[in-house]
Amino acid sequence: MLDADFFRRWMAAATASVNREAERLTALDSPIGDADHGSNLQRGFTAVATALEKEAPETPGAILVLAGRQLISTVGGASGPLYGTLLRRTGKALGDAPEVSEAQLAEALRAGVDGVMALGGAAPGDKTMIDALVPAVDALGDGFAAARAAAEEGAVATTPLQARKGRASYLGARSIGHQDPGATSSALLIAGLEEAAAGAGG
Amino acid sequence: MRMLINVPETVVADALRGMAAAYPDLTVDVENRVIVRRDAPVAGQVALVSGGGSGHEPLHGGFVGPGMLCAACPGEVFTSPVPDQMARAAAAVDSGAGVLFIVKNYTGDVLNFDMAAELAEDEGIQVAKVLVNDDIAVTDSLYTAGRRGTGATLFVEKIAGAAAAEGQPLERVEAIGRQVNENSRSFGVALSACTTPAKGSPTFELPDGELELGIGIHGEPGRERRPMMTSGEIADFAVNALLEDMPPHSPVLVLVNGMGATPLLELFGFNAEVQRVLRERGVPVARTLVGNYVTSLDMAGASVTLCQADEELLRLWDAPVKTPALRWGM
Repeated sequence: MLDADFFRRWMAAATASVNREAERLTALDSPIGDADHGSNLQRGFTAVATALEKEAPETPGAILVLAGRQLISTVGGASGPLYGTLLRRTGKALGDAPEVSEAQLAEALRAGVDGVMALGGAAPGDKTMIDALVPAVDALGDGFAAARAAAEEGAVATTPLQARKGRASYLGARSIGHQDPGATSSALLIAGLEEAAAGAGG
Repeated sequence: MRMLINVPETVVADALRGMAAAYPDLTVDVENRVIVRRDAPVAGQVALVSGGGSGHEPLHGGFVGPGMLCAACPGEVFTSPVPDQMARAAAAVDSGAGVLFIVKNYTGDVLNFDMAAELAEDEGIQVAKVLVNDDIAVTDSLYTAGRRGTGATLFVEKIAGAAAAEGQPLERVEAIGRQVNENSRSFGVALSACTTPAKGSPTFELPDGELELGIGIHGEPGRERRPMMTSGEIADFAVNALLEDMPPHSPVLVLVNGMGATPLLELFGFNAEVQRVLRERGVPVARTLVGNYVTSLDMAGASVTLCQADEELLRLWDAPVKTPALRWGM
């Protein structure tokens, strides 16, 4: 079972990897976007870490709802509402249980991804974060490592696609040949699940 | 990188402190990033609120004042503001007559303004929205996020602002804003990339002797790259593309807009060519505005926006306005 500590570790792992990879995310965002994806997410996840220290919610659901609200209030751009909705919806789907099973998390995360798709109007193949999140959720039944691998593959697979949503879509065919920054950061978020699970003993 | 800044993290806050010092008619909330005309809320008037990423100055903060916006919400550089900012702005300027959000068509702006509208409506504020999407460079809108909002934002904010100042009701101000957007088309070219403070180097490489056609206002490349053209050739290309997209049916308002790093000497010369093409095509020009209004940091280049203006829109365009960047009649 996954307790509140697991979800705190997940958010901490996501914050650490966003900080570590901020420059790469921004570099991916410069040829097809506006060169700020890394710094925007960094600002958001720093706010998440601060809020979780201050409020210390006790259930998995409350942790994700608080994190999502922080992202919406601090990130801006499209990433703020989309990542915020992902975590909020996932958290709401978890309800107020003190512990949840991996299967319950998989189900809740699917609800979160559905929320992102409804809000942003993107489908798989549009060259967005959905291209990492959908395969990750599909693979989650086989464990966190499988989800991480699926998300990373999904992110890499955005390279040859032509963007149909978001700012990269304005470039038309010129968006082809660049890995999507949103799918890349989504893969980091999913990878955080495996890190959180690995940290269970410590 | 050579920029007149302290550190990239405080660029927006520093600019807001400087704006506050320069314009006593504005109330600038640096912490929450909201710029409000000092006498708001104005009794009996619909309040116009706009916003978007910073880096497009004077848009939007420079257009706050009587006859135009009541409040503006600047986001991080090229990044939409967050819903809290817009909801706070709406609460600060609503006189009970309702608030009109003017939103440029970018996924982030649309999502954040929609979330803000929900927050404001929870507080009992009536909210309507006009989406600006005038950029014809993005043609296959069925399969994309749609056309970008660029230069027409100025036309919408000025003309809807005048309608609001006359005391027209929210539905009417919204309808006028939508009409202005539907009547407007823009096309932009870049002669250089811009440099965002966060990245510190140009957002794309543009070799000497080439230009980008069909750019937006976020430092992104355009739809295609071509060998450098003369001012007259660019005017031919841009104006003909605009008129092809929307055949003229009335006199037009013309905005020849600099992207930030092109001098007025070049912009005025470019405007002469734009006027020549319009004359050749038999399109009467009602009013012309030349300058840096909807910019993209230090990008060199220009955009042309045309708005088909009937007598009512023209009357509202000519109505008095008093903002940092646009001022006439008062």
